[in-house]
Amino acid sequence: MQTYILKRILGMAVVMLIVATISFVIVRVVPGDPAAIMLGPDASPADIADLRARLGLERPLPAQYAIFMGDLLTGDLGRSIFLDRPVVQALAERAEPTICLTVMATLVALLIGIPAGIVSAVRRGSAVDQATLGLAMLGASIPSFWLGLLFIQFFAVRLGWFPVAGYGDPGAGFLERLRHLVLPALVLGLLSSALITRFTRASMLDVLGDDYVRTGRAKGLDEWTVIMKHAFRNALIPVLTVIGLTVAVLLGGAIVTETVFGLPGVGNLVVQAVLRRDYPVIQGTLIVVAAVYVLVNLTIDLLYTVVDPRVRY
Amino acid sequence: MTAVHPAGIPDELPEGPAARPRWAVAARHLWRNKLLLLAVIVLLAVVALAALAPLVAEYGPNAMRISRRLQAPSAAHFFGTDEFGRDIFSRVIHGGRISLAAGGLTVLVACAGGVLLGVLSGYFAALDGILVKVVDSMMAFPDILLAIALVAVLGPTLSNVVVALGIVYMPRVARVVRASTLVLRELPFVEAARALGVPTHRILRRHILRNLASPITVQGTFIFAYAILAEAGLSFLGVGVSSETPTWGTIINAGQQYARQAPWIMLFPGLAIVLSVFSLQIIGDALRDALDPKLQKEV
Repeated sequence: MQTYILKRILGMAVVMLIVATISFVIVRVVPGDPAAIMLGPDASPADIADLRARLGLERPLPAQYAIFMGDLLTGDLGRSIFLDRPVVQALAERAEPTICLTVMATLVALLIGIPAGIVSAVRRGSAVDQATLGLAMLGASIPSFWLGLLFIQFFAVRLGWFPVAGYGDPGAGFLERLRHLVLPALVLGLLSSALITRFTRASMLDVLGDDYVRTGRAKGLDEWTVIMKHAFRNALIPVLTVIGLTVAVLLGGAIVTETVFGLPGVGNLVVQAVLRRDYPVIQGTLIVVAAVYVLVNLTIDLLYTVVDPRVRY
Repeated sequence: MTAVHPAGIPDELPEGPAARPRWAVAARHLWRNKLLLLAVIVLLAVVALAALAPLVAEYGPNAMRISRRLQAPSAAHFFGTDEFGRDIFSRVIHGGRISLAAGGLTVLVACAGGVLLGVLSGYFAALDGILVKVVDSMMAFPDILLAIALVAVLGPTLSNVVVALGIVYMPRVARVVRASTLVLRELPFVEAARALGVPTHRILRRHILRNLASPITVQGTFIFAYAILAEAGLSFLGVGVSSETPTWGTIINAGQQYARQAPWIMLFPGLAIVLSVFSLQIIGDALRDALDPKLQKEV
């Protein structure tokens, strides 16, 4: 087990090294002078030269890469040009809405996707199954920003059940802030539940025909126990895998959804950074979001042994 | 005439398991699928409307008539008008040209890069380790975030959006192609070709690439759908093509300010996205089922 964990952590380190390298390269493939592009057409040559010096762009590329990696190892993601503060600080200030939104959307996706997938598998071929599959595919076809706008119009503007946008007043309590996340979490969760529904269904179909399920029924166990304790428990591993994949979808979805709902999260930060050509923020966000994805998937990998004792590393 | 190897062995070996029977079985399966037929008809209708937009639309996509601003859908304006009196129907079908073109071109870029990476990774064991790690690393970035970052550095033009989305979806193609190549590489007809001294490039072209057509077709269909969604997302965020250019994303972006008075502005381009993506997903699903190698047994 320990050897496996070590191997996985080593693999993760390699992936993160490549992620950091890709992020470094992306910002350096800017056609032209990145400093000039960041400051815009009105910048003076002195300002451009100053920024070039601050970003270390005058050094040869390998030296820039070595400094970048060295800084990264000490947790330094650079400094935002427009916010004039460290990227880590800017990300930390914006993390709460994004983390809460992603967690709430994951819960919504699980609460919809898992029961829908189980019912669909148990009633395979029925109208319920067809309708569930159709809805899951439809869910994967709707742009999150569009559904967000429709939800705002209906649930917030027309019915007045939720705030239209924002994250509450500056002094708003945690619960008030969470209330602002309900609608965006519903949008993201609904759309992401499509993938979980399909995976849960497929995984359940794989185990429903197994001997232990038949034995459970033959013993006279009630259908609920057979499905939930015998079948679903054994179908959980692929479902866990897809939850890990969904995190990437949700983090990406959060970027767009935050913009629609005016949430001051990481998504909003990165969109503003793109519009202002604030490359250090873009680079830092890429690295941090990818690291979160890799860590979540490592955790899920290690959870396999908890949910299924047959899994041994 | 078939070239002959110095050892007297024909240079051109018979191709791998013939693709035709599989396609024939697939075609039969596809024809039986009524939902698929409906999806194909819907998608063709959307594509035809977009392609023939200048002929179909009564008004130009940017023609302003302030006297007719924010008019609800009617016989004169099927999808209503926007704040400048522009015809939304015309804008949606003209916008479809760009949105669909971006999706289609993204498929080409993603498939070109993905097939190259996947075949190299799957066929040459020495390259596999590093290429798999690169592909895994690229997939650690959320699609839209990587696309945003790439467009931010390349510049917000349609071609750069296509390149960015092509790079974003390349790893998906590469993974599928690698998996198929790993299987194909060990099949007897490829081993036989290697044993007979057929050059590697010919093995790749004649025996590997030809047999990758099915997984690439399926993957390409899904990428087409994802790319339409992603392009719309980029345009909506204002980081894709210029907001002056009508695409489904930019029309929705502009319409959100008038969502209360004129919901049709954002409703119809959104429906166009949903219809196109939904149809493509149904087609992709049906193709995946139909091109499943297990169907070979039915031949």
